[in-house]
Amino acid sequence: MIRDLLKQLWKDKFARIAVIVLGIIYFALFFADFIAPYTKDFSDRSMAYVPPSKIFTIDENGKLSKPYTYNYKREFDPVELKIVYTLDRSQKHYIKFFAKGQPYKFLGLIPMKRHLLTTDESGRLFLLGADINGRDVFSRILFGGRISMTIGFLALFVLFPIGLLYGGIAGYFGGKVDMIMMRFAEAVMSIPSFYLLIILASILPSGMTSVQRFMLIVVILALIGWASFARVVRGMVLSIKKQEYVQAAKSIGASRLRIIVKHILPQTTSFVIVAMTLSVPSYILSESGLSFLGLGIQQPDASWGNMLKEAQEYTNIIYRPWLLTPGFLIFIAVLAFNLIGDTIRDILDPKSKTR
Amino acid sequence: MQILIYILKRILQTIPLLIIVSLISFFIIRLSPVDPLAELRLNPSVSKETLQRETERLGLDKPIIVQYGKWAKSFIKGDLGVTSNGEKVSTKLKERIPNTLLLTSIVIFLAWFVGIPLGVLAAINWKTPFDRILTVLTSIGMAIPSFFFAVLLLIFAVKTGWFPVGGLTSSNFLEMTFLQKVCDITHHLVLPVTVLFTLSLAGLQRQMRGNLLDVLDSDYVKFARAKGLSEGKVIFKHALRNAVNPLITLLGFEFAGLLSGAALTEYVFQYPGLGRLILEAVLRSDINLVMASLMMGAVMLILGNLIADILLIITDPRIREGSQA
Repeated sequence: MIRDLLKQLWKDKFARIAVIVLGIIYFALFFADFIAPYTKDFSDRSMAYVPPSKIFTIDENGKLSKPYTYNYKREFDPVELKIVYTLDRSQKHYIKFFAKGQPYKFLGLIPMKRHLLTTDESGRLFLLGADINGRDVFSRILFGGRISMTIGFLALFVLFPIGLLYGGIAGYFGGKVDMIMMRFAEAVMSIPSFYLLIILASILPSGMTSVQRFMLIVVILALIGWASFARVVRGMVLSIKKQEYVQAAKSIGASRLRIIVKHILPQTTSFVIVAMTLSVPSYILSESGLSFLGLGIQQPDASWGNMLKEAQEYTNIIYRPWLLTPGFLIFIAVLAFNLIGDTIRDILDPKSKTR
Repeated sequence: MQILIYILKRILQTIPLLIIVSLISFFIIRLSPVDPLAELRLNPSVSKETLQRETERLGLDKPIIVQYGKWAKSFIKGDLGVTSNGEKVSTKLKERIPNTLLLTSIVIFLAWFVGIPLGVLAAINWKTPFDRILTVLTSIGMAIPSFFFAVLLLIFAVKTGWFPVGGLTSSNFLEMTFLQKVCDITHHLVLPVTVLFTLSLAGLQRQMRGNLLDVLDSDYVKFARAKGLSEGKVIFKHALRNAVNPLITLLGFEFAGLLSGAALTEYVFQYPGLGRLILEAVLRSDINLVMASLMMGAVMLILGNLIADILLIITDPRIREGSQA
């Protein structure tokens, strides 16, 4: 069934573009260590807020040359009272492909030194400029994307078993159990989700390692979403449990848990797939919002949300628009997920006309 | 009469819901390792008596169930305690809630006013270029992170100078005449409203379009067409009324979404609303304020759902009849 679904997905023009875009993004994130010219924490304080490097292919004599770049010089302009960045034309830094640069561990395991693009030791290749600490924005976008683009999926993997089981039990048992469980779920839904999100994030103790914090944010995101999912599952279970095969399972003496897990819940598969693809973007948005406020992923770790934190000051952004790139990436990723979600809904429900 | 009983029942149902919500929020906040009075203790302008009164009011020396009881009792009485600055929480809320309500109600009104007709138009022109373009636009509207859009608009405001940057009123607000005041507030509202409007318009237009397309497929619409009614009559007299009903149910959820979306938007635009209040409270770990604004958010959401349900009873006779059976 899944293969069929993927085939139909590929047939749709928009969905295909979305799949390709997401494919490129995930590919780049997977090989981030190699593609990024610098490591996540590489910083050069003298390069704070430098604009994106200009790459030249024609040298000063008007001749074609290997691509090269100049470093920026940071100078204080005493007349205008601001810092100006000028190109230091005294030294050319040639761009090298597959050359040795900052050492890193590929996928955290294999020690490597080669990067897709680098320049010589004294040169700085900041394709999308630098942030306040002189860190390469382009490299950090790649590393931050790893967090932003996986956190949604992880939250879903925590949330779906909970929601399925909760909704399954409530729906199957019915009566008082159902009433109490559903009242509780409704109450969780009655708290504006973003309020709950920031409160849960704010009670996280400080001084956790970044891995712990990441896992806890996954759990928090899951805590926000399970209730509405459980409610829909319950509705489906209510109608499934009346079917004959469930009665049959009951009559041969299958335990209740077995009936719920083995017989009823598998019937909700197609709904689960749709719900998953449809809700990935909302978790990406939640995480970025949380990190934007400084309650999610913390420095020095990068995520697309916390990279945008610097955009909170508009004076900052007017002079340094390259700091906004993560926002466009969030937009593109969410758009692509939405397109795929819409198409999957159309395929699974031929009557629906979302497009 | 039947309607009144049904509405009354529905109102009574919200009471257990509120109790559970308050229990959940109370325990979440008490779970946190933060001392609820820490900020208050550090503040030199807060007197010893106030501190003593707060400790007693919250029953901090007693078991947690008693604490909850005490808190609930004073909450019902309307005593929400003091913020870490020593201000009364209730005055703070009174100041902020109307602002958030103003923002969200304008947005909901505009979104319905524009979204429904656009949804209808798209459904009538199904699969034409017009419909396609609208679908693309709504996809874009749904994918922009609200805070990012807000930041972009803020930059626009700074660059052009056409709109004030943040806040709800200008500094010389108190000296203005009534008409000027209205203009000033409207001027400040344009950007936050644009952000939230874009977000909810996209969802609403899609929903309306989908509903109407579903209804247009149904047998009774085919019958109406077969009877020889004009297309306008079929759509506006028969199909539309059924297509709007599910949207009324959604109204409550939309309100919830707006409250959440508004928090970030309010934060970026420095808009004095409930969302920003709770954010600031959270960042300062001001427990009283967090607890009260969390409850207020939930109350507003539950009320929103309640109003949506009551509206639905009025517009959809099938629900009324269902309740009698």
